[in-house]
Amino acid sequence: MGESIIAFLDAWSPLDIVLIAQNFDRFLWGALVTLQLTVISLVVGGLMSIPLAIIRSGNNPFLNAPVWAFTYLFRGTPLLVQTYLIYYGLGQFEWIRQTVVWDPILSQAWWCALIAFSLNTAAYTTELLRGAIETTHKGEVEAAKACGLGKWMRLRRIILPSAFRRALPAYSNEVIFMLHGSVVASTITIQDLLGVGRWLNGRYYLAYEGFITAAVMYLIIVLLVSRGFRLWESHWLKHLYPRDAVAVEPKKGAASIRI
Amino acid sequence: MKFTKLIAAIGALTLMFAFAGNGAQAADLRVGVEGAYPPFSWKEADGTLKGFDIEIAEAVCAELKRKCVLVEQDWDGMIPALLARKFDTIIASMSITEERKKRVDFSDKYYNTPAKFVAKKGAGLKISKAGLKGKRIGLQRGTTHQCFMEKLYPEAELVLYGTQEEVFQDLAIGRIDAQFSDSIAADDGFLKTDAGKDFEFTGGDQHDEECHGPGAGMAVRKADTALRDDLNQAIKAIRANGTYQKINAKYFDYDIFGG
Repeated sequence: MGESIIAFLDAWSPLDIVLIAQNFDRFLWGALVTLQLTVISLVVGGLMSIPLAIIRSGNNPFLNAPVWAFTYLFRGTPLLVQTYLIYYGLGQFEWIRQTVVWDPILSQAWWCALIAFSLNTAAYTTELLRGAIETTHKGEVEAAKACGLGKWMRLRRIILPSAFRRALPAYSNEVIFMLHGSVVASTITIQDLLGVGRWLNGRYYLAYEGFITAAVMYLIIVLLVSRGFRLWESHWLKHLYPRDAVAVEPKKGAASIRI
Repeated sequence: MKFTKLIAAIGALTLMFAFAGNGAQAADLRVGVEGAYPPFSWKEADGTLKGFDIEIAEAVCAELKRKCVLVEQDWDGMIPALLARKFDTIIASMSITEERKKRVDFSDKYYNTPAKFVAKKGAGLKISKAGLKGKRIGLQRGTTHQCFMEKLYPEAELVLYGTQEEVFQDLAIGRIDAQFSDSIAADDGFLKTDAGKDFEFTGGDQHDEECHGPGAGMAVRKADTALRDDLNQAIKAIRANGTYQKINAKYFDYDIFGG
């Protein structure tokens, strides 16, 4: 029975499903590497972005300029180029290979990818968060001042929590971009999800079996991520949703039409 | 009215591009080449393609009295691109193997050189199951060498690259313990260059009939038997009239056609 199914698929399927099934465990390991790289770089980049966004939305030119340069550099160049420069570029310098960071870190493709991805997502998240901080409602800040909250207390209790909430929907895009961007890892020898797909194609000289399997798995991950963010938003942004159908609050901009 | 004109203009442009895409006439022979595999094929700074494969392709076209149109293609998409009719034949040092024969047809071999390992001088790498266990062996994805390593030495840790040049780069700076490739490609592309001066061949010729096959051939689509026969005639002709030997002498100090 089982053999006849395999024989049938072998003869009639446009995809070499048997080959995919035989190597499916590799795809699962690849997905794990992809998730690992994406999640760790999002955490590292996210943590970096908070102080950087605070600096960017402040008005200290000595701090602001370098952070602006950093975000401009990493948002203005492709992730592939950044990863290549860190992996192939840094390795060309003899003195870098002599330093202590070479052996455990920069000589490893995984670390190079992690560094590139973290800095990249940090740059994007910084600007995202800066936008949210700068658009904090003036009234909230004034109210906090009136209550006697100091600068840091205002930031910690009022501005940042509000900014995080409002940045959340846009941040879910950044997470998905980062997930898709992580395919760059496969160009520097890492066997991530796409890397396994390319391995399969290369091993059996196939055109698309590896790519399609990887694509389907990316779709599944993206579905889970966007569902997760939907839940998170419904929790964090509840106070911004209309309470019920009757008492719909006018949206921004809609007010002028009513008057 | 304006809209109609716009649509007409777009239509005309589309047609133009469609014809431009089919610019190669029936008499032209579109040849898929790689351009990142010295000394067989590489790209000069001005973008022109050079190398043994390129000159053999030109010689074959001249013999067939057809104009050569060289089409560059990344290695791991080579066979899929042939099947998708981006070109009519592959002349890119592609070894004739059973696995590839499932998807394409081959001419007779036009050269045959052995595969070898390259490691740092005095590294004492033993080419055996025990000697290669856990060693990081770099090679180009989708080559006969990937087949060889996975079949004979699955104990080794394979590090897969998109191009042979990237393998040499990482070998030079010590990210991999050894590399496995065609001996000529390694000799001319790496060992004879400045970057390869501390490296040497290790362990002699490696050959596995199933993986490596009889040598490099020119691949055609399975239905193109006429083209395959033409190519065979052309290879015989350039061997007989001395053109092959002349090209051979430019790159190698012995006849790489093999026995």
